[in-house]
Amino acid sequence: MKSSVITFPGSNCDRDMDVALKKFGFKNKMVWHADAELPKSDLVVLPGGFSYGDYLRCGSMASKSKIMQSVINFANSGGMVMGICNGFQILVETGLVPGVLLRNKYLEFICKNVFVKINDKKNKYFKNVDNEVLEFHIAHNEGNYFCTNDQLKEIQDNNQIAINYCDENGKIEDQFNPNGSLKNIAGIFNKEKNVLGMMPHPERMIDKSLSGEDGSLFFKNLINNLK
Amino acid sequence: MIVNEQVAVDHGLKKDEYAKICELLKRNPNITELGIFSAMWNEHCSYKSSRLHLKKLPTKGKKVIQGPGENAGVIDIEDNDAIVFKIESHNHPSFIEPYQGAATGVGGIMRDVFTMGARPIANLNSIHFGSPQHKKTKNLLRGVVHGIGGYGNCMGVPTIAGQTSFDSSYNGNILVNAMTLGLVKKDKIFYSKAAGLNKPVIYVGSKTGRDGIHGASMASASFDEKIEEKKPTVQVGDPFTEKLLLEACLELMAGDSIIAIQDMGAAGLTSSSIEMASKGKLGIEINLNKVPCRETKMTPYEIMLSESQERMLIVLENGKEEQAKKIFDKWNLDFAVIGKTTNSKKIELYFDEEKVADIPVNTLVENSPMYDRKWKKTKLPKKNKIKKEDIRHLKMIDVLKKILANPNICSKEWIWQQYDHTVMGDTIQKPGGDAGVVRVHGTDKAVAACVDSSAVYCWAHPLTGGKQVVCESFRNLISVGAKPIAITNCLNFGSPENEENMGEFVECVQGIGEASEYLKFPVVSGNVSFYNQTKEEGIKPTPAIGGVGLIKDYKNMITMKFKEVDNLVLVIGKTEGHIDQSLFARTILNEKNGPPPEVNLFNEKNNGETLLKLIDNNLIKSAHDVSLGGIITAVAKMCIKGKKGITIKKPKYLINEIEYFFAEDQSRYIIEINKKDFKKVADMLNKNAVHFDELGTITENELYINDKTKVTIDELSTSNKSWLNNYMSK
Repeated sequence: MKSSVITFPGSNCDRDMDVALKKFGFKNKMVWHADAELPKSDLVVLPGGFSYGDYLRCGSMASKSKIMQSVINFANSGGMVMGICNGFQILVETGLVPGVLLRNKYLEFICKNVFVKINDKKNKYFKNVDNEVLEFHIAHNEGNYFCTNDQLKEIQDNNQIAINYCDENGKIEDQFNPNGSLKNIAGIFNKEKNVLGMMPHPERMIDKSLSGEDGSLFFKNLINNLK
Repeated sequence: MIVNEQVAVDHGLKKDEYAKICELLKRNPNITELGIFSAMWNEHCSYKSSRLHLKKLPTKGKKVIQGPGENAGVIDIEDNDAIVFKIESHNHPSFIEPYQGAATGVGGIMRDVFTMGARPIANLNSIHFGSPQHKKTKNLLRGVVHGIGGYGNCMGVPTIAGQTSFDSSYNGNILVNAMTLGLVKKDKIFYSKAAGLNKPVIYVGSKTGRDGIHGASMASASFDEKIEEKKPTVQVGDPFTEKLLLEACLELMAGDSIIAIQDMGAAGLTSSSIEMASKGKLGIEINLNKVPCRETKMTPYEIMLSESQERMLIVLENGKEEQAKKIFDKWNLDFAVIGKTTNSKKIELYFDEEKVADIPVNTLVENSPMYDRKWKKTKLPKKNKIKKEDIRHLKMIDVLKKILANPNICSKEWIWQQYDHTVMGDTIQKPGGDAGVVRVHGTDKAVAACVDSSAVYCWAHPLTGGKQVVCESFRNLISVGAKPIAITNCLNFGSPENEENMGEFVECVQGIGEASEYLKFPVVSGNVSFYNQTKEEGIKPTPAIGGVGLIKDYKNMITMKFKEVDNLVLVIGKTEGHIDQSLFARTILNEKNGPPPEVNLFNEKNNGETLLKLIDNNLIKSAHDVSLGGIITAVAKMCIKGKKGITIKKPKYLINEIEYFFAEDQSRYIIEINKKDFKKVADMLNKNAVHFDELGTITENELYINDKTKVTIDELSTSNKSWLNNYMSK
């Protein structure tokens, strides 16, 4: 399986993603933001970080960078595109997934483990994951998902919510919402479910010495689903 | 502008220093030259009050590759890997403008590390605020934490450990010390020594603006009521540009075109160019019209003294300019050839085709003033006798809960959750433990780091306090299973012109030196911050020690959380019952006098090394050093972290329960071992003449001493975790 990780100026989880993808069997290539063409890929990842410093709206500058036109074309033709953290913010800015990401409710950067409940498994990202609940890790300042009522109705009708913040038993309540996201949304798909944007970092959960191992589950499953 | 004695005094120079400048130059300096002298001769850059004493610190060792004098210290961690590290203060700017002050502190120290070719792999910090009741404290704390996070998070470098304290002596002068560790190959370390004639001098990074002019001079003066006017001297940070600068520099460093490289920190272009020339015994000629400027009509004076951030000065090999420029173009950073090295041994500056400065380098460096300031020795205070009636009514559990909720002990989760501590995917011990630990990427090795200070002990008796801080650093590293290698120090003191403050400095440094010599734990880098005072009042002496150690196989790392029910808990080291200057004495008895606990370097070394042997033999399940709050506080924290309880049986000692549990005697650790290993452990401790007590057994969820003295771990956890959250959300 071939994957590509895009490096924008200010990306800082690009190496971590490269390490994780390779660990689980992907042949990964790093792609520079100023390139025009994507290499042949089965999966494209927009990694976390602070693209262009995020001095404008998070992700907005990166969404206009040269490589993104190829990424958008790739996604629109059914290619698998995953945006993590800043990558999710970039996806939102391109319109590939609906909604926006506001500043965290308590106005503070937050770095900690969270539990997320998988809402939909009829997609290549979560198909065959045995667990209903995964322990993931978040590290962000702008992860407070928001969309209009009409958009919300639409994403609910299409089952586009990928994961919700919850407790270890999968209970989705306000007290388990770390950043004020609408409906505890931690990640969403596009309509066709080939594009996934999510705030948590599975690449930081890939061995037992780190924050946990549920990221390993996610990647192992992902590569199998793509085969 | 005509330069005279008064103008010099306005620049923070003393009258006799101005006379010396005129004598060295054999003429009066012009304004640009005066600015350069004032920047190089201030306390921050010249170490004029501290140099004499710093010379006495032990700086050499088998593992030391580079000691003080470079951008940062470097130690050997084997297999051609080395760790570059340093701690630095950004106290004054952070008090004036907490967000930018703290942020640029973090940016500055990271630059010091990657200037040497190392990729930063961990950040730490030591931050100290006034009393929680003081009206400025909350906003300062929030601003500093946001600033540290804002910069470090954007850079993608994990913040893995730190220390936060509150004390009214910081009401008018907070401390913000930032530390960075970087990883480099031993044969790819870069230094700041220029070499060779007619080599191009290159400016890279951000453009130069008017921000931060005289920052270093500001940091070398006391605060007064005009402090708000000093806001423009605080630099503004841009972590995004620094991230680009980091990547671009490392890309350039992968080749062989760099002769010397130096970041522009305090005193900007002035100190960076002069340091490179001085170390290489060369001259440097700069055309200031070529310096990329952010603002129009900047004068030579302003260009030389600007402290705009995210800039570097490089001496390149001839003919490599184009190749280097390509890299900086790719990262969208300025790149300009601004001058060349010469054999004049002078700094020669040109602007609009006129020579605007012409100063022999040695007058700025070797001939800079050095003072042997008067200082006063601090006598060891007399011990207090604790009266039985003062403690008879105290209930152990109430006292413990109070201590766990004390601002200086309580959980600092509110702070470190705002720092990205997991980026780079190698953090295996997060903040909140004895030390932070990161793996050396792609290897089995891990590096542990911690930062400590004990201002109260240093204030009570600087010599003992200085020793104690080094010992605490040593213990914290050992507690996670790391072999201590070396330290960096950030020496935060009041005015050196005040005999008492100077005495605190001299004796703390002496204490640090004695301990680091004995423990073979040399000082490889550091920074001095004087004038931490508002008007006449200095802070408590606060030397912060950053320690670094190595774990050969990261799977053998130790954490402090209790692991398993039925395991045994021991105290290593002897408890004499020293209560003076303990958190218990100060907060429960309200007794502020008396000596700090005595430091016995033999015990410190012996106990620590023996514990490392036990760890090497896989006999230790968890470990934690005993510090503030004594044995019971240490044990309670291990219970809270591990969500386990303990049944404690106080050993039959002559001292009473309160003294045993709350004393802050040194050289002690709490360890957890498997019952079946008891004999092995006891034998090894006895063989090495290490005193130990059997303290108790791990249980499900209660700290139990007797039927009247018990509490659930949940309750202790709430006491420990709620203070800071409540304080910040009020």
